[in-house]
Amino acid sequence: MMPRQRNGEELEDSKGALSISVKNLVKRFGSLTAVDGISFSVKEGEIFGLLGPNGAGKTTTISILATITNLTSGSARIYDKDVARDKDEARKLIGIVFQDPSLDDELTGRENLDFHARLYGIKGKEKRDAIDKVLRLVELDDKANRQVKTYSGGMKRRLEIARGFIHNPKVLFLDEPTIGLDPQTRRKIWDYIVALNRKERITILLTTHYMEEADAICDRIAIIDHGRIIKMDTAERLKDSLGGDMISIGSGDPKALAALIKRRRLPGSLKERDGTLEITTKNGSQAIPKIIEMAKDAGIGVDSVTLNRPTLEDVFINLTGKAIREEGASDADKLKSFRVRR
Amino acid sequence: MANLLETIYTLWLREILRFVKSKARVVGSGGQPLIWLAIIGVGFGSAFTFSAGGGPSYITFMAPGIIGMTILFSSLFAGVNVIWEKQFGFLKEILVAPIPRVGIVLGKIAGSATVSLITALVILIVVVFAGIIPLSALSVFGVSVAVLFMIIISSIFVALGLIIASTINNIDGFNVVINFLVLPVFFLSGALFPLDNVPLWMRILAAIDPLFYAVDGMRGALIGLHTYPLYLDFAAVFAICVLFVAIADVAFRRMQSK
Repeated sequence: MMPRQRNGEELEDSKGALSISVKNLVKRFGSLTAVDGISFSVKEGEIFGLLGPNGAGKTTTISILATITNLTSGSARIYDKDVARDKDEARKLIGIVFQDPSLDDELTGRENLDFHARLYGIKGKEKRDAIDKVLRLVELDDKANRQVKTYSGGMKRRLEIARGFIHNPKVLFLDEPTIGLDPQTRRKIWDYIVALNRKERITILLTTHYMEEADAICDRIAIIDHGRIIKMDTAERLKDSLGGDMISIGSGDPKALAALIKRRRLPGSLKERDGTLEITTKNGSQAIPKIIEMAKDAGIGVDSVTLNRPTLEDVFINLTGKAIREEGASDADKLKSFRVRR
Repeated sequence: MANLLETIYTLWLREILRFVKSKARVVGSGGQPLIWLAIIGVGFGSAFTFSAGGGPSYITFMAPGIIGMTILFSSLFAGVNVIWEKQFGFLKEILVAPIPRVGIVLGKIAGSATVSLITALVILIVVVFAGIIPLSALSVFGVSVAVLFMIIISSIFVALGLIIASTINNIDGFNVVINFLVLPVFFLSGALFPLDNVPLWMRILAAIDPLFYAVDGMRGALIGLHTYPLYLDFAAVFAICVLFVAIADVAFRRMQSK
């Protein structure tokens, strides 16, 4: 997986069109409020992640943006097209990979893509070229003429992603594109997605349960729970909001070390526990050499150093009081835990 | 308009590709009516002397009815696909596309009706080859009229299947409703026995059965035996067809706008 090196400031400074703008979006199903007044916007070329437990409103939000679910109130636009009023215009701008597979198993891979291209008005040579191009990108060109029912789960996912951008959409929605796939396949699929974003400058809105993947892929992340966005920022800043990295230093004289660090006014907070000094600070990896040098100069022995960076999972737990994984357990996992309980 | 025709064609093409690929469906949808024709046709034909109009043998009388049955079965069950598509997501792929909504229903009807028509034509050819309807009895006009009836009732029953599928979300429920519908529609159509001498209540029920007019029309066109004049049969099925397609369009739109 290619880690993304863009940082938040750079994105905020860049002046570009807004690909997605959502204002006070509400969706009720009877008495259930699935989406409860969310607002966010995504810039052109950005990869934006919606993170949240099942039932948080992610899929509903995507369905509304993709024009297949009607909103209750608020507004949502893809560029300048309102998804409630200019449905067909909005539809032309978007591609979507649904959470559940939506291929025709009886048809071949190529026939599925051909069907899609026709629905989007792509014809003749342009159509054949577009199909060949996306097949190559997801490396299915040699299996294109096999019926989809002979494909593995990963191949089906790749075909769906290929289908999602065959008509050159400006915005691509990916609802749990890697759920239920093995780690290698997941990695490959993220590689395709990042490549697409870079090469074609497609704006991507995605949801995923895999926090490390969201961390590595997304420019910005919105954490969503009970139909509301509870925090939205870059992955780095979300993690920094927990106070930064934790450095644990095993030392013969932690008290002296703590006093030394305080005197030198290194930023961060200190805590001493069982002969270990815990320092919570931003940029832990840069702080470590400084601390070790100081300790050496002062003649304080250092036995061990560990650096723990907070993960998005930690951020999520901190904000919602629950782990995303438990809620996102697959059916197989649920079955397993059921067996264990018995 | 171009977009609408393109949409209809694309959805139609998909149904045809699916049909060609699933060999079981080709054999199954053609095999069942032939078994009916062979067993019921020969069995009933030898059990009693058939006297409708004094002309044809029972199996000849029954042949147009079996063509109607073929269309009834294969068309109604096209709705099953819609339920699969709803459950397994393919419908969403169609719904997010920038295509006119009416094209979705018309395309599905065109595709499934074509599949029904192909099956029905195969039965017609077998029936003629077996000498059940003698080639000498057929005229170009007669066959054309029969094919027209086949197209219209295929569309009627595909539309009905879509209407039912758009209100029901599971396959089991759909099958229960369809099985409940199929038998009365079939038996009241006059496919197996003439309705000239049946009690009034049965004739009233037959009067609201679209298959009745289609079987009467096809029988008139193919073997010259009919209750109503051709134009009346045609007017009836055509009106029902327009009505059902319109209802199917409304039902589909309602299903989408949750």
